[in-house]
Amino acid sequence: MKKIHEEQWNRFKANKRAYYSLYVFGFLFFITLFSELIANEKPLLIYYDGGFYCPFIKEYAETSFGGEFETPADYADPYVMELINAKGWIMTPIIPFSYDTINYNLEGPAPSPPSRTNWLGTDDRGRDVMARLLYGFRISVLFGLTLTLFSSAIGITAGAVQGYYGGTVDILGQRFIEIWSSLPTLFLLIILSSVVQPNFWWLLGITLLFGWMSLVGVVRAEFLRGRNFEYVMAAKALGLSDFRIIFRHVLPNAMVASITFMPFILGGSITTLTSLDFLGFGLPVGSPSLGELLAQGKANMQAPWLGISSFILLSVMFSLLVFIGEGVRDAFDPRKVY
Amino acid sequence: MPLTRERCIKMKDALLTIENLSVSFQMGKRTTKAVENVSLFLQKGETLGLVGESGSGKTVTAMSILRLLPGSAVYPSGAIFFNGENCLTLGDDEIRKIRGNRISVIFQQPMTSLNPLHRIGKQVKEILFLHQDISGSEADNKALSWLERVGLKNPASKLSSFPHQLSGGERQRVMIAMALINEPDILIADEPTTALDVTVQAQILELIQDLQKELGMAILFITHDLGIVKRIADRVAVMKEGEIVETNVPNVIFNSPTHPYTRHLINSEPKGKPDPVDDKDETLIEVSHLKVFFPIQKGILRRTVDHVRAVNDISFTLKRGHTLGIVGESGSGKTTAGFAILKLNKSTGKILLGENSLNDMDNTQIRDLRKRMQIIFQDPFGSLNPRMSVAEIIGEGLSIHNPGITQKEEEEKIITVMDKVGLDPATRDRYPNEFSGGQHQRIAIARALILKPEFMVLDEPTSSLDRSVQFQVLELLKSLQKEFHLTYIFISHDLKVVRSLCHDIIVMKDGVIVETGSSEKIFSHPEQGYTRQLIATAFH
Repeated sequence: MKKIHEEQWNRFKANKRAYYSLYVFGFLFFITLFSELIANEKPLLIYYDGGFYCPFIKEYAETSFGGEFETPADYADPYVMELINAKGWIMTPIIPFSYDTINYNLEGPAPSPPSRTNWLGTDDRGRDVMARLLYGFRISVLFGLTLTLFSSAIGITAGAVQGYYGGTVDILGQRFIEIWSSLPTLFLLIILSSVVQPNFWWLLGITLLFGWMSLVGVVRAEFLRGRNFEYVMAAKALGLSDFRIIFRHVLPNAMVASITFMPFILGGSITTLTSLDFLGFGLPVGSPSLGELLAQGKANMQAPWLGISSFILLSVMFSLLVFIGEGVRDAFDPRKVY
Repeated sequence: MPLTRERCIKMKDALLTIENLSVSFQMGKRTTKAVENVSLFLQKGETLGLVGESGSGKTVTAMSILRLLPGSAVYPSGAIFFNGENCLTLGDDEIRKIRGNRISVIFQQPMTSLNPLHRIGKQVKEILFLHQDISGSEADNKALSWLERVGLKNPASKLSSFPHQLSGGERQRVMIAMALINEPDILIADEPTTALDVTVQAQILELIQDLQKELGMAILFITHDLGIVKRIADRVAVMKEGEIVETNVPNVIFNSPTHPYTRHLINSEPKGKPDPVDDKDETLIEVSHLKVFFPIQKGILRRTVDHVRAVNDISFTLKRGHTLGIVGESGSGKTTAGFAILKLNKSTGKILLGENSLNDMDNTQIRDLRKRMQIIFQDPFGSLNPRMSVAEIIGEGLSIHNPGITQKEEEEKIITVMDKVGLDPATRDRYPNEFSGGQHQRIAIARALILKPEFMVLDEPTSSLDRSVQFQVLELLKSLQKEFHLTYIFISHDLKVVRSLCHDIIVMKDGVIVETGSSEKIFSHPEQGYTRQLIATAFH
């Protein structure tokens, strides 16, 4: 690690709130990456009749455990459980529901309040809220990260080209961005989602189409400044190609500003997905989505656990991202000394 | 404490006494010593020149008098007596009464010392209202008369101008008017002429001297330029690394300096002649009718209504191994011309490098030619990418022009060239911020030299360096020229440096050539009035 990066990392670490936020966020994200192991309707491991079975990876017929049907084993069925327990043991995940498992053994009508089986209650279709939050967090962050990555890559490239070449390229690019960013994104999304059935990648593509502009301004400004630096002139005089000058000499200056923005872009991307889901134009029906859960909370005011739990998760996630963002911003600011 | 008020008063006629002053800067846990045990005194009506290279602590000493240093400054020892009071222990209100009233300051940068959002008149009058009980119309009159006194043309219209509407010299005159309007006892002038062109420099110095005679004030004149000190100071104090090494009258300092550092400073004034060259050398560069115009665009359609004629029709030839000096004040187009010759900006006209016509070639062809022509920039630090190590900086051009060079060969070449320019090859993995100004320029020279160029444009390569470092860099350039038979175009405003290095000279003004000829001829028999004026102010 170069000295300057080491200093920036140390400055970031010195900001305790940001540092712990990064840890907590990283921990949460890491945990949810293994959601299948934590919340799943299928057992993790079964020991039956001298052999091991991994139902959460592979599907087994009921007959393999001495049952009568050729159909896949239903592990929620007390009869199957009895069969297995008679000749071995069973290891279930902490939460015995996946995001789309419907609990048919509810005591009252869905949505049912928090209980020992459903820690945060169930939603209006009898699905476990805790499991949906876990999977929902994962898909939100993954969506956010992918969108941030792609939109930054496009934005930085566009800004770099505009700023470095300036003149006509710059003017045309700027006018295009002005027009493009004034298109009513939401309506376009609504129209598009009535034409195609949006899935993860569709949504990513559409939001990317209208979301890549956030970094163009900063990067362009840095390049407009940076292209007149004497060491850039010196590089030109050495006979370096434009491509090499851009990457080697000017881009590192723009990266500071870009990286500073990234946690905030990540937060923004997650907000976009959540609000689309909330409006019902987001991920396909049945996907674990925080926005959809919020909408359910709004529709079922008599079941406050829906709204409250999704609200708490979202606010914690955004607070963490903002704290991290602040820390990154201060770490890259050379005037700040702790 | 050995110093007492009694002792200070005993010092005859001393208006201001600095006793054993030490100043340090506290950055976190680190303490940097800037000034150590400096003692000075200033008598009524005299001019004390405080001389030293950058970082010698001369500005810190002067700014301590009015406590204008940032909050990180601490004073481990010493006292500054003015009017029998210690400036270092005065309350904030009391020191504020002295600032701009009894002791005034003129700063180096006339561009940034004035607030760009307020009219000149308002800024000048502000000082009057702060320190005097004066009515609005009286202040108007006084401001007007002072603008007249500092030699501004049309003072009445200048009152309602904004700073950007004034030239650098005019702004410095306004700063002087602001500093002197309350008729202070002491004027601290911190490099007041460094940022100005030579001809303007001379006028400002004259103005300061005239006003000193009228008002009878004392001046603490801070500068790195020995020529100025020789001309205006009654006494000279030489500073080095935070300490005063010698104080005396200019006559003694310049003719029989006692301290080796003073001798070193005086001897590092550029002198000597360029190494003789043969007139029969082949022509390497031929420039004819070179023009660089920047369009002025107006209206929504950005129609070009006129051009800024930065370089307007210049022609010259340059023989291999010779040095051509391009001389002129700021805005004369000398740097633009240098860049145009290297195809770093767009130009029209013919530029021949050997048999290659640069303006008829496309970018790829030019890129191949770049190893033959190189440039050294004015700002040595700015021309080095701070994120790259010295070896990366020097070696960068090498891999472009010699594809297929092995890492070992590259390493060897870097080491050889670093030796050549006087850098320790062991430092090649360090970053530019760990080197000094002179070393930065050596790195830049190494970067150019490693490509084995035939021709180099030197764009004020020494003007941001201290005199003694300047001297070393010039010597290096000279010896490299001899060894590799290099051809230089040397762009400078400093005629002393130009005389010691250049065989031929072009004097430029407003984009055109005023006079051209051999160095000897220009300096001994300048034909044009402008050239004479330049020479007169440089070698006063």
